[in-house]
Amino acid sequence: MKKLILASALLTASMVSAQQVSNITGSGASFPFPLYTEMFNAYKTQAGVSVNYASKGSGGGKRDIINRAVDFAGSDAPFSAAEAKDAPAEVSFVPMALGAVVPTYNIPGLTTKLKFTGALLADIYLGKVKKWNDAPIAALNKNVKLPDLNITPVYRSDGSGTTSIFVDYLAKVSTDWAATVSKGPQSSVKFPVGVGGPQNAGVAGLVRQTPGGIGYVEVTYAKANKLEYGLVRNKTGKFVDGGDLKEVAAASDAEILPANGIDSITNSSIGYPISGYTWILLYKDQKYGNRTKAQAQALVDLVQWMLSSKGQEFHDKLDYGRIDGQAAKVANRILAGVNYGGEAIK
Amino acid sequence: MTTDVKRPRSMTSAADTTFKNIIISLASLVLVAVFLYGVVLIAGGFPAFAREGFGFIFGLDWNPGTEKFQALPFIAGSFLTGFGALIIAVPLSVAAALFIVEYAPKWLAVPVGYMIEMLAAIPSVVYGLWGIFVLIPAVRSFQSWLVGVTGLDWTPTGIGLMSAILVLAVMVIPYVCAIARDVIQLVPNDQREAAYALGATKWEVIRYGILPYARAGILGGVILGLGRAIGETLAVTMVIGNASEIAKNLFSSTATMSSLIASQFGEAGGVQLNALIALGFLLLVFSVIVNLIARVVITKLTPVGTRL
Amino acid sequence: MTNAQENTAVQAKTFTRTVSSARQFQNAFVGGLIALGTGIVLIPLFLIVGQVIFNGISAISVDFFVQTERQMSAITGGGGVLNAIVGTIIMVGLALVMGLLIGIGTGIFLAEFSEHPLVPLIRVMSDVLTGIPAIVVGLVVYGLLIATKLTGYSAIAGGVALGLIMIPIIVRATEEVLKLVPTNIREAGLALGLPRWKVTLSIVLPAASSGIITGAILGVSRVSGEAAPLLFTSLGNPDLVWNILQPMGAMPLSVYNLAFKALTPAQNAQAWAGALVLMLFILMTNIAARTLSKRR
Repeated sequence: MKKLILASALLTASMVSAQQVSNITGSGASFPFPLYTEMFNAYKTQAGVSVNYASKGSGGGKRDIINRAVDFAGSDAPFSAAEAKDAPAEVSFVPMALGAVVPTYNIPGLTTKLKFTGALLADIYLGKVKKWNDAPIAALNKNVKLPDLNITPVYRSDGSGTTSIFVDYLAKVSTDWAATVSKGPQSSVKFPVGVGGPQNAGVAGLVRQTPGGIGYVEVTYAKANKLEYGLVRNKTGKFVDGGDLKEVAAASDAEILPANGIDSITNSSIGYPISGYTWILLYKDQKYGNRTKAQAQALVDLVQWMLSSKGQEFHDKLDYGRIDGQAAKVANRILAGVNYGGEAIK
Repeated sequence: MTTDVKRPRSMTSAADTTFKNIIISLASLVLVAVFLYGVVLIAGGFPAFAREGFGFIFGLDWNPGTEKFQALPFIAGSFLTGFGALIIAVPLSVAAALFIVEYAPKWLAVPVGYMIEMLAAIPSVVYGLWGIFVLIPAVRSFQSWLVGVTGLDWTPTGIGLMSAILVLAVMVIPYVCAIARDVIQLVPNDQREAAYALGATKWEVIRYGILPYARAGILGGVILGLGRAIGETLAVTMVIGNASEIAKNLFSSTATMSSLIASQFGEAGGVQLNALIALGFLLLVFSVIVNLIARVVITKLTPVGTRL
Repeated sequence: MTNAQENTAVQAKTFTRTVSSARQFQNAFVGGLIALGTGIVLIPLFLIVGQVIFNGISAISVDFFVQTERQMSAITGGGGVLNAIVGTIIMVGLALVMGLLIGIGTGIFLAEFSEHPLVPLIRVMSDVLTGIPAIVVGLVVYGLLIATKLTGYSAIAGGVALGLIMIPIIVRATEEVLKLVPTNIREAGLALGLPRWKVTLSIVLPAASSGIITGAILGVSRVSGEAAPLLFTSLGNPDLVWNILQPMGAMPLSVYNLAFKALTPAQNAQAWAGALVLMLFILMTNIAARTLSKRR
């Protein structure tokens, strides 16, 4: 039976190679899922190619690309040392979008946006700041009447790129956090206090229904669901709105993106400090297994389109940061390096 | 019951042998399947077992950040939610079964029976949807009320052990109820008649004439319900909070083996992935043991109509 | 049974006068409790079904059945679940083929070759399969077919996962119903000089067919709502596809994605609508199974 399946799989694979490639499969990060959904819908109309992207999480996407179970993966995090070792060949990371994570909260009667610092967020999630009218919050929000209300920190109970960006930031701004919870990006950590909700919907639901609740969600989700969220102070001392795309872009401009495209931009010197890249992962050498050049070509075409102005126009509509300027140059250079057994593609 | 009719060897045609071989190969695929379950889970989970030793089963610390993978909180979570659900589900299921078999007239018994079975037809993902958007807010309100009355220093969230228990209770009711109905129906009618003849009230008939006979069978149904509860995934994942610790109280967040696999498998890599597969192996072992016990209890202890 | 009950009721009535009022009160009290318990059991059913209909009905439209998830958009709204409906039918169909083939084969083995030494072992193993949680099935099929690249993410892998869940259900149904077929039918066939395979396939099996069909439909209703094993195996697909070697969508996956991964409240309404469609489908298969088993 297995032989039969294999044989028919090979047969279809060879049939596909003869025709135009019409299907591309990817999996991974849920952070850019709403963006990719709109992009791939448009790509289907414009190029006639069906792209199937399963939003299962960055870790799952990386596992899939390492196993060569998909054509490409989406990830909000680079390879860990173990993953890099498991990958059978070099994987290119093409930066595709920027996303911001914002602190959302539920304080009845509050109308102004609250101000936070990284250290304060860390102390809240460490359980050191317990009430909304505690001194550290009051000091930052002098004109706001803060209630005597317990703080309930809410976190993502499933592994998530959102968590990864958030805890990476906290690790950079709080030595306590780095010592006891996570040293860097980590998709699921053991939070010392608070309650876990599944997915964005779970976190938002908990915050919305718990007076005194605070959570962290992608700014896209916060805006689409009209959640209250706060400003976060960056290194220059400015309180920044994560919903302002210019500030997210500024965070990426603050540092030169290295040639491999991989960089952590949380706690950046300017811009919104809880931002991060999300990448498209594909093998640098596309000639593997029974992969045809046509398949490689179709994939590179897709990623090129995503980086082009046609693809990047969806970023503004959905509150993701564009890949612009120097970062765009790096991204295109990385994509240009993708080849088929040494032959250039395009 | 099924007696094979023995026939002289000479009459067994070649076609019969082929037929027998085909049937045996098909049936052997069941063995192959079970074997593959074992191989895949043991091979995939072994690195985690090897790393943590017995700590994997008896340790409390599950922390991907420090790469510690010890599964006791989730084993405890599975059984806590399972037994908790049974505490709620069993009396209700038995009551419903008695109502259908002993109390209700036929025009009422039939639709009520159908409706309870419908609970089993609702998919897990729908229970999850309902749990997150309807049940959790309801439990939260109850918690707020409780906090108001007792002055406890709790933050009402609605997510946690209690919500998981409630969802599971609803999900196992149809299974326990179905088996309770069957065994109550199997209690011979002379039992009832004899008790009535002694002047017993309806409840006394049930209490002394029916329940003692049905008890063992109902127990089997209860254990089967526990098996269902332990294996249930999506609905629990949505309401339990998935905290890697043993529940401190009835309303705190915790996780079960299956809810942890569902919530971390998507993002896991490296040893964490091995640990989740190892957890899958534990889950398999527990559910299989529970199910086999239930089956033995049901087949061995159910009163057969002819036993009296 | 009803006759017997009526008889005993009559007898009970004649004794009523001798029953003390305390016992009468206890009797009525417990009767009340039992009715109350039954009522409590039914409350969640009404709540869930009511919520699903209430929240889902607004998103039900013709488009919902003829468009695909590809056409869903957080910006413009719209789209439907045709891809998922077709995907569920295809994958459940694959599972059914696998379940019927192995399930009936094993059922015949257990019932008709009961003297074979492997029978007790295979019966226990079939029970073992019954007890395996759906999420573990997903993990194992992932390890077996996807991690090894045997099929990759595909409808086949999803079908195998669902099939593994279906096999023990059909085994049990087949074995039980075959045992009910009277031995003299078999003897009559054999006495006529028919070979055994012919007796089994053309006399015994048809006599048992309605029971097996009922089992199969119950299996279908059990697996069509499963999302957990498909998450790791069929992956999902927003497009309508017919090729079983490709990733494929399914109703439970759509409900899961729309409820927990979607961006806007409008998409959550689509999740409830999907739940409504899925529930109706499962309900219909259940009713079909019941009607068939009644007729038997």
